[in-house]
Amino acid sequence: MRSTSADVIVLGGGLTGLSLAAALGSAGVEVAVLEQEDWQELLSAPYDGRVTAIARGPQLFLDAIGAWRDMAGAAEPIRDIVVHEAGSPVRVCYEGREIDGKPLGWIVENRAIRRALFERVTRLPTVRLQSRAQVLAIEREATAATVTLAGGERLRGALLAVCEGRLSATRERLGIPARRFPYRQTAIVCTLAHEKPHRGLAIERFFPDGPFALLPMQGHRSSIVWALEQQRAEAVCLLEDAAFLAEVAERFGDHLGEIALEGPRWHYPLVLVMAERYTDHRVVLVGDTARGIHPIAGQGWNLALRDVAALAETLVDRLRLGLDPGDPLALATYESWRRFDSLVLVAVTDGINRLFANEQWWLGLVRNFGLLVVEQLPPLKRLFMRHAMGLLGELPRTMRGEPL
Amino acid sequence: MTADREEIARFEALAEEWWDPMGPMRPLHALNPVRLAWIRALACRHFGRDERQLRPLGGLAALDVGCGGGLLAEPLARLGALVVAIDPAAASIEVARRHAAEVGLAIDYRVATAADLADRGETFDLVCALEVIEHVDEPEALVADLARLTRRGGLLLLSTLNRTLASLLGGILAAEWLLGWLPPGTHDWRRFLRPSELARMLRTHGLQPVALTGVGWDAAHDRFVLVRQPSINYMLAAVRS
Repeated sequence: MRSTSADVIVLGGGLTGLSLAAALGSAGVEVAVLEQEDWQELLSAPYDGRVTAIARGPQLFLDAIGAWRDMAGAAEPIRDIVVHEAGSPVRVCYEGREIDGKPLGWIVENRAIRRALFERVTRLPTVRLQSRAQVLAIEREATAATVTLAGGERLRGALLAVCEGRLSATRERLGIPARRFPYRQTAIVCTLAHEKPHRGLAIERFFPDGPFALLPMQGHRSSIVWALEQQRAEAVCLLEDAAFLAEVAERFGDHLGEIALEGPRWHYPLVLVMAERYTDHRVVLVGDTARGIHPIAGQGWNLALRDVAALAETLVDRLRLGLDPGDPLALATYESWRRFDSLVLVAVTDGINRLFANEQWWLGLVRNFGLLVVEQLPPLKRLFMRHAMGLLGELPRTMRGEPL
Repeated sequence: MTADREEIARFEALAEEWWDPMGPMRPLHALNPVRLAWIRALACRHFGRDERQLRPLGGLAALDVGCGGGLLAEPLARLGALVVAIDPAAASIEVARRHAAEVGLAIDYRVATAADLADRGETFDLVCALEVIEHVDEPEALVADLARLTRRGGLLLLSTLNRTLASLLGGILAAEWLLGWLPPGTHDWRRFLRPSELARMLRTHGLQPVALTGVGWDAAHDRFVLVRQPSINYMLAAVRS
């Protein structure tokens, strides 16, 4: 039986796990990433058709850990964002020039992000990537956690970072309770090719049966994220391409000219997941494993990256002082740092979804009055913009443009 | 023999609880980051090392005097130093040895006093004696031993409590009786040394004081921080020329 060790064991080699490995590895920390799937499969084109919104703060972090360079070529800047309710003249326009003229964020295809993070991590000498890793057992002692893999290897680390997503098996295995709140909505995701340029405009439009987002991608392409009540979504998914496109065109009009589907349509049932705590003895939960939110404001991975940046800073600062990176003081620092920001975003995304997916006539007045107030009060609007850009709160130094 | 027997007995009772950061040693665990940051900064400046490296003290011979359960010795070892750590309390050394083995650090722990090592002629690049001098009967004798243990060009780091009204109120009344950070009777205020007294002793034994800082409690952020005034707890660095 082989025995190995690392400072930090990362469970899950998805976007979040790879970013944590890239951050820690760039500071020289010994990291082992354990991923169930095969890397080649994960990196292949059909695996993940989604796009991810990367706000300004998280982009600064990705740049600081040397991962942005490889995905910059695939990133489309979001210059402006329009938010409004279908059928209402009231709208909020977030314009990049109101802040500093730079992009508010970027839209990147998940496979480009994954590829870039993978390239970055494979260049780091202290990071070990293990694919097709099957975890048989996890034991925790006073000063370490040990993972036993199929094949007999025993891997020991001061800390386990669980980055497996909202359905994390390890979270269950360790008995950390997580509450699930199904939204009874399904998100339909697909890519559209269109005739006219999108000019970097992202649109969030609220319909009584769910929100519809149009996100600018490279070239004359946009990504659609369309949340619908479950049965409606199933019906829409079953439509022929032409009929589906007609439904889509009805939702956002014809300002992009002729449209066509590019690639398959994907659908994901939406559920809010909240772990009771983000840490346990020798364990931290990161990203969606800690809490998975509604995609309505495109904040899910931004929140995950704030976890990653805060955790990386906490661990690196302790290791640079020679302190145990996984002791209760380290865990308490991470937990208290991340809890408030998490709750705010759960409340914001959940609240927006509830507020707009409701047909009470007086709520319509509340919504439009709210949007009107935001649009008419520039300081309030800039505050919301800076929040959406991930530039508010107690930011890790990598999200302020400083090195780790 | 400068180690007081009653003092030794008191720490033996605590030895098993050294490594619980939420237990009775909580104040030391809370103090550790700010102390280590200061030690790392001074050592890196003195020995020309890069603070951002994970093992900036690589290859330096370090001695931790009065190491207790190893709260300072382990970080020094993780930072790359070759660490000898001594304490007269055998139970503490036992706790420290077991813990180092568990986390996989090679540290040379010995039941010994500074005088024992100095008499054998051992010397080190970096000598640390944190919260030790206020517990010995003859502080000047300890300083003499520490001077012998520090190599020429080496660095000596001390921390202790000042003899001021603030340390009587904050260091003893508050820490031992009101906040319960330390067991009552841990410290005897009359033994405390003022920085000027300690600096004079250091100079007498060929050590040049190079840095002094106070350590204070930042109640707003619930943590210890470096402060300008050494009115309660302070750290002093000296170089052997």
